[in-house]
Amino acid sequence: MIRGVAAVLIGAALSVSVIAAEIPSSERKSGYDLMAREIRAMQDDDTANPGMLSVLDGEALWTRKAGAAGKSCADCHSDAQSSMKGVAARYPAFDAARGRPIDLEQRINICRSDQQKATPFAFESKDLLALSAYVGRQSRGMPIEIPDDPRLKPFLEAGRDMFNQRQGQLNLSCAQCHNDNWGQKLAGAVIPQGHANGYPMYRLEWQALGSLQRRLRNCLVGMRAVSYALGAPEYVDLELYLMWRARGMPVETPAVRP
Amino acid sequence: MARALINVPAKAKRGDIIEIKTLISHEMETGFRPDNTGKLLPRDIITDFVCKYNGQEIFRAELYPAISANPFFTFTTVATESGTISFEWSGDNGFSATESAKITVE
Amino acid sequence: MTTNNDDMQHATRRRFLIDAAALAGSLGVGLALTTVPASATPESMRGAIRKVLGEASAKKGKVKIDLPPLIENGNAVALTVSAESPMTAADHVRAIHVFTEKNPQPNVVSIYLGPRAGRASVSTRIRLADSQKVVAIAQMSDGSFWSDEIEVIVTLAACLEGV
Repeated sequence: MIRGVAAVLIGAALSVSVIAAEIPSSERKSGYDLMAREIRAMQDDDTANPGMLSVLDGEALWTRKAGAAGKSCADCHSDAQSSMKGVAARYPAFDAARGRPIDLEQRINICRSDQQKATPFAFESKDLLALSAYVGRQSRGMPIEIPDDPRLKPFLEAGRDMFNQRQGQLNLSCAQCHNDNWGQKLAGAVIPQGHANGYPMYRLEWQALGSLQRRLRNCLVGMRAVSYALGAPEYVDLELYLMWRARGMPVETPAVRP
Repeated sequence: MARALINVPAKAKRGDIIEIKTLISHEMETGFRPDNTGKLLPRDIITDFVCKYNGQEIFRAELYPAISANPFFTFTTVATESGTISFEWSGDNGFSATESAKITVE
Repeated sequence: MTTNNDDMQHATRRRFLIDAAALAGSLGVGLALTTVPASATPESMRGAIRKVLGEASAKKGKVKIDLPPLIENGNAVALTVSAESPMTAADHVRAIHVFTEKNPQPNVVSIYLGPRAGRASVSTRIRLADSQKVVAIAQMSDGSFWSDEIEVIVTLAACLEGV
């Protein structure tokens, strides 16, 4: 662990005043490529992937009527397999009403309160994750594509800055591990490039399905940096940057990771 | 009832060995994990899983806390006749779940 | 179903390591018997195996454990246990029991098969708390017992949450 941190700090010293170099697109690898054969097999088999249990829950929720309006998702969006195809691959998306990007979970909750007239789901709740997993699953295999929208630019930059900024007691930036030292080991675990291409994902460490925001909170805690409350705009900016960083990579939702 | 994912081939030839895969949603709380005040969270696991083929038991498992969350089992059986393959899980705190699948054997 | 060791009040790995270090450092092996183990030991695994074997002994062979030698996360490890057997009414595997040495509890799973299985091969996902030995005992229809054991290395996630 000490040696790992030292290696990272040395790497950091060398790149201290440079905007940390992004991974060249030819070298980009999904976390899938860096994990053991057995875990890849778990992800590949829909009948063995524990994330699929949430997708099935989401499928059931999709047709369930809710709220004062007594509507289900299906009432407006009919068959998710066609209407939701490609949606998760282009989120976070700009929301004109709010003047800023929102992520998929926020979008689901906006539909819930505005269209269904129901109470929004709590972040990280079983139902919200199930719907997010179900919608995400409809984009599986499709390339991530954040549109070249000028309105997104300032938020994308904010996310990029956060990714590159050193923070916390360990004074580490995301870039130092995930751009500069991916593939190497930190305390016996392989450092992935940190792409957002499979969320919500079933993380073996959690023994549950969780969102990208949950993962980001854990990273911040691991770095001994201050983390934000779930739903904070800082997370969405960072999610936007991460999805942009993973552009072109196929969606793997629901992914399985160690 | 807990969500379960069953994979049984819809059709098989008599005498073929078929593979059955089962996955059920359950946290399998071990009883060894402390909450954030240090108090141990009580054990809450699935303890038994039985599979029957037209009422005859063909597979049984006794589960302990060492089985991962969302218990997954893959096992085999000989396709003997058309009918129903049923699955039953039971456990702590009166947990009970059942699923079934039809199979056509020619 | 075996009863858990009731005194595993502080059965977290950290706690066990602190206790073990303190004992090793100050009291020596003899006095360790007065404190309660915070996890399974090779002895409790042997006890759990003895419950299955009774007076009999198990010969090495016929049953095989398949586990990755290096495990990235001990929360969901793919395990396959299989046994050589024609799986006929006259000659089949009746049961396969799996045990660990260092999990808080020695039993992992007990699987009951029969001639209708066709093949004696079962896969599941298990939790492994530490690098350790895993043992499988198969009971055949003729009453004989066979065993296999394997050593695995379990690594932890680098950035532990909720620490």
